[in-house]
This record gives sequence, structure tokens and C-alpha cells, in this order.
Amino acid sequence: MQLNTLTIKQAGQLLAKKEITSVELTKACLARIKEVDGEIKACLTVCEKEALAEAKKADERRAKGESGELLGIPYLAKDNILTRGIKTTAASKILENYIAPYDASIIRKLKQAGAVLLGKTNLDEFAHGASTENSAFGPTHNPWDLQRVPGGSSGGSAAAVAADMCLFALGTDTGGSVRCPASFCGITGLKPTYGRSSRFGLVAMTSSTDVPGPLTKTVADAAMVLSVIAGVDKNDGTTVNITPPAYAKASAGKPTPLVRGEELKGLTIGLPKEYFIAGTDKAVAEAVEKAIADLKKLGVKFKQVSLPHTKYGVPVYYIITPSEVSSNLARFDGIKYGLSVAKPPLPPLSGGEENGLMQVYTKSRGKGFGPEAKRRIMLGTYALSAGYFDAYYLQAQKVRTKIKQELDEVLETVDCLLTPSAPHVAFKIGAQSGDPLKMYLEDIFMTGASLSGLPAISIPCGFDGGMPVGLQLIGKRFDEARLFRVGGAYQQVTEWHLQKPEIS
Amino acid sequence: MKLSKQEIQDIAKLARLDLTEAELEKYGGQLSAVLSYIDQLKEVNVKGVEPAAQVTGLENVLREDEVKNWDEKEIEEALKDAPEKEGRFIKVKRVIE
Repeated sequence: MQLNTLTIKQAGQLLAKKEITSVELTKACLARIKEVDGEIKACLTVCEKEALAEAKKADERRAKGESGELLGIPYLAKDNILTRGIKTTAASKILENYIAPYDASIIRKLKQAGAVLLGKTNLDEFAHGASTENSAFGPTHNPWDLQRVPGGSSGGSAAAVAADMCLFALGTDTGGSVRCPASFCGITGLKPTYGRSSRFGLVAMTSSTDVPGPLTKTVADAAMVLSVIAGVDKNDGTTVNITPPAYAKASAGKPTPLVRGEELKGLTIGLPKEYFIAGTDKAVAEAVEKAIADLKKLGVKFKQVSLPHTKYGVPVYYIITPSEVSSNLARFDGIKYGLSVAKPPLPPLSGGEENGLMQVYTKSRGKGFGPEAKRRIMLGTYALSAGYFDAYYLQAQKVRTKIKQELDEVLETVDCLLTPSAPHVAFKIGAQSGDPLKMYLEDIFMTGASLSGLPAISIPCGFDGGMPVGLQLIGKRFDEARLFRVGGAYQQVTEWHLQKPEIS
Repeated sequence: MKLSKQEIQDIAKLARLDLTEAELEKYGGQLSAVLSYIDQLKEVNVKGVEPAAQVTGLENVLREDEVKNWDEKEIEEALKDAPEKEGRFIKVKRVIE
């Protein structure tokens, strides 16, 4: 038995029965990383010594009678999530040697639960991208085809899960960054409701849509990870303790279970016609149609719905995101931490001005940030500047309200929505990197849920030319439970999530 | 929406980015293209629509502003990341002329 290929649920059962140890499980993952990551390049840091020590601790806790779904389970975390004592680079030169003095809240929670951190995964620099090609440390390769991208920005996490380097991985989703790579790598990826899991200790990108979530081998595993990382955090004022009203009644005051029964009879799923468009590849559309037919057999009713403002999702997102990015990335000033060009004598600025402090800022940032970070900082600076604020930022936030209202209204009439995760499968490395606008359009099916703060999950539903296809379920706010219910039932009757890439 | 080279230079200065000539040229074209695409937002009728401030309905989340003491090790770890130091202080270039 190859322990690294197990799901969390399977490994948990074996750990509980004392048939395996966390040390064995952790060693199997570390060996797999050594075996395949030279080609895939999913990991930026592997902390073997620390991982084995944590695994030993987990085994000791279990020996003392402790139990827990994640106790002793090895995982990888995207490298924009702070880990005390272990480098966090955000895949940027400006943070190349940064070591955080504290853990992100979700890392702290996973530590308490006894999960074992194996290392940190590659991403588009500061999570800006949909392919992981924007990493300052080189791209990650898709395990299904090494010539192709894994999607992004949590591309390292998705590739690592698909290649069985870990049992699960953490990502962050701002405009699709968990769902897109999950879809491209043929795994399950959950973007929780905004405010469900704490952002404290993430390298901030777009604070109004950032949310950390799990990348897993199954829907059931995603529910297990979410139940550990979810919850109110006093260090993140946007975390919410809420029970969806429909379930509050059903569970009669008990905390909302994140997974409900598998029975799907009586559910109605909406199919927004703006997500089923001509631009989607034929095989992708067919795979999604097949999934709809499979769910019908389970008793789900489908209903066509309309979200006419869908097409404005990407333009709204690419005003709001750069605006928040320009503000959030202002903290990288070459003074407190990170790369600094501070040692005199400094060359004069291009404008001929002399100012020591100004030079530290501009030179450090000019040298430390990659092209996409610079583009977003400038776009945001422009959109927020006097004279343009109303036309861009304010207008975008108003259109965002319309997108959110429209989604909320439609979700009143159905249990959740089903869409393709992306219009096509993973593309070739380098195929789109010359055209930022084309890359932005990768987020076409992703931005609606992000801008509205809704939970959404990408689940494998087929293949196109050997590459995985994903479908997306979008739920009501804080109603991850229903997504798990639909997704979990779907994975009981299909085998797409069981397919594994052959890594040559 | 076509941005001039001077405009790109002004934006870069506001953003505290020192850019090369080649970067100014490249980003100028790319930003102009992105802005032209974003211009379609102008066609949306937003009369009477409130701009989105947040999406989960939270209001006025407050907490006490408490000082939490870090232990020596945490302070040391945080200071370790600073590029220029003098003892326990982070060194900054002169701010006042």
C-alpha cells in the first residue's frame, strides 16, 4: 500500500486502528516529493526535519488516547500562508528570505488538530495569476502533462495533491485561485464563504475577497479540513459565526454539521445560462452535461436561470483586485522586512531626484516585484487616484453590488448553481503568458462567487484529451454543507476523482 | 483608454516603483489594453445602487485595542527580518530634510 495515495478519511481509519503511524505516512509523502517534485516543482520549501518531529508528536498524542480527523495527517501549505520559523516567500523575490514570527490562524488550528506540515507550495507571485507561471521561482508543471500549467494561483498545492505528495493542501482563493488549479489538476478544491475561515496570517492580496480553503482528493476530505480551519478569529474582524437559517431549524440549535446526508432527492440546482456559452470547449461542455445527467439520476432537478451581469465579473474584479493589491503591497517598502536596496551610495532616480528614503522605496520595490505584481500595483494606483476614482473604483463597486444581488436572488430559487469551472482544460506553459488580459479572462466563471463572497467548489467531472475537466458548484452564503452533500453524492457514483496521473 | 508615457511615469512614482525604460513602454501598452477592456463597466446602469462595502452583512466589528507583550524570542524573530538595524531598532533613512 502506498500510504501517500490515501485520502484523509482512509488514512484516518488506518491511524485509528493503529495499522499505520503518522511517521510512516509522513515518510511516504516525503519520499514521493523526492521522487517526482524535481519535475513537477510544486514545493518551494520542504521541511523534512520539522515534519518528522510533528508526525512523531501526533503519534504520541494518539498513543495517549487522543483522536481527531486530522491528527497525524501530512499536508502542504501555499507559500503565501505564514508559518512560524519556516520561510514564507509568496513566490516573490521581495520575500525570498522572509521568515514569519507567527503562524497564520489556520496553520495554528491545524497544528492544534495534529496535522503535519510537510512544506510550502509554489504560486503565482502574491497569488496574482491563473497558471503559477508568475512565480519568481519558476512555474509548476501539471502532473497530467508536464508541458502544461497546473492552473493558479494555488498551482503548487493542486499539483502536489494530484501527484500524491501530500494528503491535502491549503490554498487561497481570491478570484478562483483554489478552484482553477483544482479543475486543471483533476482534484477537489473548495473556496469557502468569505468570512468562514480566517485570513489572519495570509499575505494579503484582495482583502475583500481573499479566503483560504482546502485542496483535497475527495469532497468528504474537503469537509474535514474545512471543519478544522473554519471559525471566528478575533484577529480577523471579517470572520463570521453563522448558521444558515434553513439548517438552524433542522438541527434544532445544534451547531451546523458541515456534511449532511447523501440523499439528493428534492434538490434543485440552477444552471446559469451565461456560464454555458459558445466559447467553452466541446469536450468540457459534454463532460459537464454528463455530470448533470448523473445528478439527475440521483434525483436532482435542474432549472435554467439567468445572471445577466456575469460578463462584468472580470472587469469588476480587475479594478477591485488591483486597487486592494496596490494598497496591500504598499507594506513592502524595503525597511521592515524583505528585499531592500538600502545600502548607500544609491544611484539617482530616473527623474533626477535625490531622496534617500524615496530611493529605498522605489529601488527595493522596482527590484523586488515581478511584472504582474507591478502591473496590478500600477493599475490599482491609477484606479484609486484623484480624478479616476469615481469612474473606475466606485463604478466597479456598484456593479459588484448588482452582481451580488443578482446571485443572491437566483440562489433564493434553487439550492445551488452548477457551472463548468473553466471553459477549457489546462493550457501549455507559455501559451498565454505574453498577454495579461487573456490571462485575466481565465477567471470568467470564477469571479462571481468571489465578488459575492459565496462558497464554491470545483470537482473533477471528466477528461478532454487526457486533461482533467472540472465542474463548479456555487452555494448560498455559509451553505458549504449543501455543496458537500451534492459533491459527495456525485463522487459516490462517479470515479473521475479516483483517476491518477502517470508521472513519467 | 491610451495612457501616455508621462502618465505611466506618474503612476509609477505614486506607486513607488522604479521602472526601466523598457518596463515603462511595456506596461504602458498593457495597462491601456486592460483599461479599454474595463471601460465596458460604464455601460451598466448603476443609478441608485450602493457601492459594495462588504458581502456578509457584518456591521461595526469592534474589539479592545489591547497591547500584547511578545516574548524575547518573538521580538528577536521579527527584528531578524529587518534589513538594517542598530541594536533593537530598525534603521530608516532620514525623513525630515
